[in-house]
Amino acid sequence: MALEKPYQDIPGTIVFDADMSRKGYHLNQFFMSLMKAENRKRFLADEKAYVDEWPLTDLQKQGVLEKDYNLCIEQGGNIYFLAKLFYTHTQPFERAVSTMTGMTPEEYRAMMLSGGRPIEGNRSIKENQGDK
Amino acid sequence: MARISSAVFSSHIPAVGAAIDLGTTGNEYWSPVFKGFEYSKKWQADNTPDVIILVYNDHASAFDLRVVPTFGIGCSEEFESADEGWGPRPIPPVQGHPDLAWHIAQSVILDSFDMTICNDFKVDHGLTVPLSLMFGQPEAWPCRVIPFMVNVIQYPPPTGRRCFELGKALRKAVELFDEDLNVHIWGTGGMSHQLQYKRAGLINREWDLNFMNTLINDPEELTKITHPEYIRDAGSEGIELVMWLIARSALGSQVDEKHRFYHVPASNTALGHLILEKAGN
Repeated sequence: MALEKPYQDIPGTIVFDADMSRKGYHLNQFFMSLMKAENRKRFLADEKAYVDEWPLTDLQKQGVLEKDYNLCIEQGGNIYFLAKLFYTHTQPFERAVSTMTGMTPEEYRAMMLSGGRPIEGNRSIKENQGDK
Repeated sequence: MARISSAVFSSHIPAVGAAIDLGTTGNEYWSPVFKGFEYSKKWQADNTPDVIILVYNDHASAFDLRVVPTFGIGCSEEFESADEGWGPRPIPPVQGHPDLAWHIAQSVILDSFDMTICNDFKVDHGLTVPLSLMFGQPEAWPCRVIPFMVNVIQYPPPTGRRCFELGKALRKAVELFDEDLNVHIWGTGGMSHQLQYKRAGLINREWDLNFMNTLINDPEELTKITHPEYIRDAGSEGIELVMWLIARSALGSQVDEKHRFYHVPASNTALGHLILEKAGN
């Protein structure tokens, strides 16, 4: 019997479990390659040519080239690997994270300064549906 | 005989390390964070141990998806600061304690905890930011450090129960070491935070404060928290808090609280910090 995934009920969250890790293996190893300065240089010089060297799916490539971080996460990317792409683009971590939330970086920062995203209304997809 | 006399708990946020390295700790955003560590630095200077066992996680710096050890222990003489993509932090190298590290590895493996022995790797912000918070910016770290890694990135991390039991085995291992060493154990990471996807920015203050209280007074109770509960209540990255259970149980049940601090936000994260001494120390 398959293992249950009770965490799939958590809103707005993708858990980096075995299935996601398998899906994102090459994507995450591609991100790791950006730890080396010479690879960062080559990537920035021609991003498409560089990603084409990796066995990535079209959606994974699209996520990288369009800096669509949610798409990267959906396609098996893990945040700590994805962070190498933020650093390659010299994008501050908090600002990069804000782009995943549908908020502007200013709105996101204001939310964090006022105590962060509240747990109320963000605990459970089922509970939220029950409220309607 | 060696003994574990104190435990320190702290978040290990990279932006906090950057604030120290760039000298921006006094600005409006960061000064409340560093005020919370003023007592800690004094306490640490008065209570410098011989060795710190520093429980942390690597963030795709030394380890990538090729090999994912659930528990790893650093057994070599020295560990340099990793280049995480913006150059290595300007800090001294960490001096290990191979005698004690190898002793612990053997002892806990024979106690049924299957550690991965790690000799050649660099340490990232997970280890170095707490060191900077407690010791400031010395030319050399004033004590030896054994890096103790836990996988909390690839789901599932080890359970809270497993971490708690490992802490006991660590305490036993340290007490079996012949040399008279004063050892501290640090648990790092947390507290509530989520760095990814649409729920990013989640903070759960009430849950965090309750976790700190229970960690001090009834830590075994925390072993009942399941992984989905950690992720739901403390965010996808808040699950790092299982690492605090290793350090807490390694200290033993009766403790004196020396310091407690909690602050939101530090970048995307709720910063939590505790100093506990073994009771009657």
